[in-house]
Amino acid sequence: MLLDSLFNGVAIGSVLLVAALGLAIVFGLMGVINLAHGELMMLGAYTTYVTQLIFKLPLLKPYYNSYVIVSIFFAFIVSGVVGILLEKTVIRKLYGSPLETLLATWGVSLILQQFVRSVPLAYGTGLVISLIIGLFLPSVFSLKIKESINFKYVKFSSWIFAALAGVLSGNLISSSVSKLSRASARNVDVTAPAWMRGQVEILGTAFPKTRLMIIIITLISVIAITLFLNQSAWGMRIRAVTQNREMSDCLGISTEKVDVLTFGIGSGLAGVAGVAVSLLGSVGPNVGGNYIVGCFMVVVLGGVGNLLGTIFASFGIGIMTDLIGAGRLLTIWPDMPLPLSNTINFFATTSMARVMIFALIVIFLQFKPTGLFPQKGRMVES
Amino acid sequence: MGQTPNLNEFMRISRRILAGLATASLAVSVTSCGGGSDTSGSFDDTVTVGILHSLSGTMAISESTLVDTEKMAIAEINAAGGVTVGGKSYKIDYIVEDGASDWPTFAEKSKKLIDQDGVPVVFGGWTSASRKAMLPVYESKDAFLYYPIQYEAQECSNNIFYTGASPNQQSEPATDFMYKRSPAAGKPFFLVGSDYVFPRTSNTITKEQLKSLGGKVVGEDYLPLGNTEVAPIISKIKKALAPSGGGVIINTLNGDQNVAFFKQIQDAGITPSNGYYVMNYSIAEEEISTIGPEFLEGHYGAWNYMMSIDTPESKKFAADFKALYGSDRVVADPQESAYNMVYLWKQAVEDAGTFENSAVREALVGQTFDAPQGPVEVMPNHHLAQTVRIGLIKPEGGFEILEETDGVVFPQAWNQFEPSSKGYACDWTDPSKGERYKL
Repeated sequence: MLLDSLFNGVAIGSVLLVAALGLAIVFGLMGVINLAHGELMMLGAYTTYVTQLIFKLPLLKPYYNSYVIVSIFFAFIVSGVVGILLEKTVIRKLYGSPLETLLATWGVSLILQQFVRSVPLAYGTGLVISLIIGLFLPSVFSLKIKESINFKYVKFSSWIFAALAGVLSGNLISSSVSKLSRASARNVDVTAPAWMRGQVEILGTAFPKTRLMIIIITLISVIAITLFLNQSAWGMRIRAVTQNREMSDCLGISTEKVDVLTFGIGSGLAGVAGVAVSLLGSVGPNVGGNYIVGCFMVVVLGGVGNLLGTIFASFGIGIMTDLIGAGRLLTIWPDMPLPLSNTINFFATTSMARVMIFALIVIFLQFKPTGLFPQKGRMVES
Repeated sequence: MGQTPNLNEFMRISRRILAGLATASLAVSVTSCGGGSDTSGSFDDTVTVGILHSLSGTMAISESTLVDTEKMAIAEINAAGGVTVGGKSYKIDYIVEDGASDWPTFAEKSKKLIDQDGVPVVFGGWTSASRKAMLPVYESKDAFLYYPIQYEAQECSNNIFYTGASPNQQSEPATDFMYKRSPAAGKPFFLVGSDYVFPRTSNTITKEQLKSLGGKVVGEDYLPLGNTEVAPIISKIKKALAPSGGGVIINTLNGDQNVAFFKQIQDAGITPSNGYYVMNYSIAEEEISTIGPEFLEGHYGAWNYMMSIDTPESKKFAADFKALYGSDRVVADPQESAYNMVYLWKQAVEDAGTFENSAVREALVGQTFDAPQGPVEVMPNHHLAQTVRIGLIKPEGGFEILEETDGVVFPQAWNQFEPSSKGYACDWTDPSKGERYKL
């Protein structure tokens, strides 16, 4: 019973965590209020759907069982690239003006929602492919060419190549997968491969496999991002820039590159979260919007700028949701006094549990306005 | 400091954008008023009716199918010579307005259709919230709304005509079936729904009904709209139903939430093979194909119309719709309801000999129509007497009809299980009775 409860809490928490992880970086480290975060998740979820259909083609059919794993990488790249484009075109101009960022990213979220509604997914995929090629092709050329005066021609021609590749791949996908060739506003469905459905029994309790898979995805994302931030050179640069932007700039760190990279990674993680949520429910233009409030809640509760806080906050909320929403306190302590058990019963529905948790968070933030683990140290911005 | 020029710039740009938007919306409204009118010589005149459903936003997926069906009914009537009123034949023309899944917009567009376009009737709405928003408009202007969706009832307006099922035409026969004749007969019930008026009212009725049948409700939970985290609900269902080796789950979840629910209950082992049977009130053929029949196989649904009804009328209805909109499209109960109401309006207008509201209202009661589901009749409470069917969801999608009521079931606007409305009824043909009178 206790194991079951703990598992449920962790399962709910890990969905929150994987969804909020990217935001913890974008909002937590960079201070960008990105309302399009949910839509980057949505792109990840649609990537899973497209990958699934492509893996149903005769050529890839033997590998169908592994499509979820592959789509995690695809989703990271797709959302990451869209994120990079978003940073380069919109957000870069708006650093330091949170209200404008909020409005602009909200606008972007509407555009992305409408985009998946009215553009056939095949051509959407083609567009993303050309974006990936266009953004990354110039950087494979050696530094020597980059410094020469003709680099802008290299850039220009690689964009032409990217556009061609995009059109070609869009047409190829649209002609081979008929489901992707028409625009549709209706929700689509990602079906987990057989090995991920059903349940496994551990210590006498049955756990749904999709939930375990999400916990594993979350775990790997958290470990990977922690290692990256703490062990790699770029991770160090990111931490340096978030702690003191001007000083880092003076010391020769290209803050512009760091910004792009951080935003790209945060967005990519949103894509990974999209894969996770596509396993639980359906995939539609509004799928991200359902999670965005929860994501901000987790990051604020955990303490802005702190990954550890985000982890604690999401598991805390997950376990609380399960404790309150499933009325577990009553099973743990069956003969509690009547008024108390009535109160608990009253809150033991999913919608009341949500109200209760929001109330608890508001009360908590009254006492600790900076969250569970506030960022310490000197920051230039604050 | 530096803010003012920015602000000015912003104002300047936003003014330009606003101007652009205004022009764009004007263009849209001009095109949307097109309605496809070609004045062929065989008609004496045209009558323009209003169609008001969400063509954008979350409800668009469902509601646009109703627009398609209503257009089809209108085209059929026109092809058969239009509406004949006072010896003159009228071609039906229509104005489609977009309620945009936004309830105040429904009220606003209703006003526009009634006042500006002067339509004699509006076919529209899906959600109860949109109907509640429109109701005062139609009552204050004494106009007429035809509403095609199965709903929670507990309402009976002189200005609305309800062609969907009331609870005693859907949930009550379904509960009766599940409790007495399903594989889980006699087992306890668990009620799951989205958190809004229809599931809550519907479940109150189910609870009262089960009390009188001697059944037991062991749990009830509501998911806030837009939330798809069903893990706590699943553990509650297991806790409540596992001791009796399964049971009945009554599901009134909405839209996408169904996908999350069915995917996850299957993973958690809550399946028909383990003794858990879900009875659904908002899953029709369309939803079965979206959610995936592999998740729904072996569960149940209750409707007035099911596409698998084996009658010439039903087959023709499905075939005509497919011929018009594509072979991959399906027809379901809400569409059949929408189709019926256009025909019933036409018959009432012809009988009344005028488009004038009070005369049409009088002529409407007692109208019968050979609908795709079988014969239906308009009752004095502005609801429709219709047949109720219980279906088992097939592995390849669609329903296998297990049973249907012997003839039509008469609609109750005021539910007889719900304590607050017990003993009341509605009758608009008798001025002394009206909206709510004691039986």
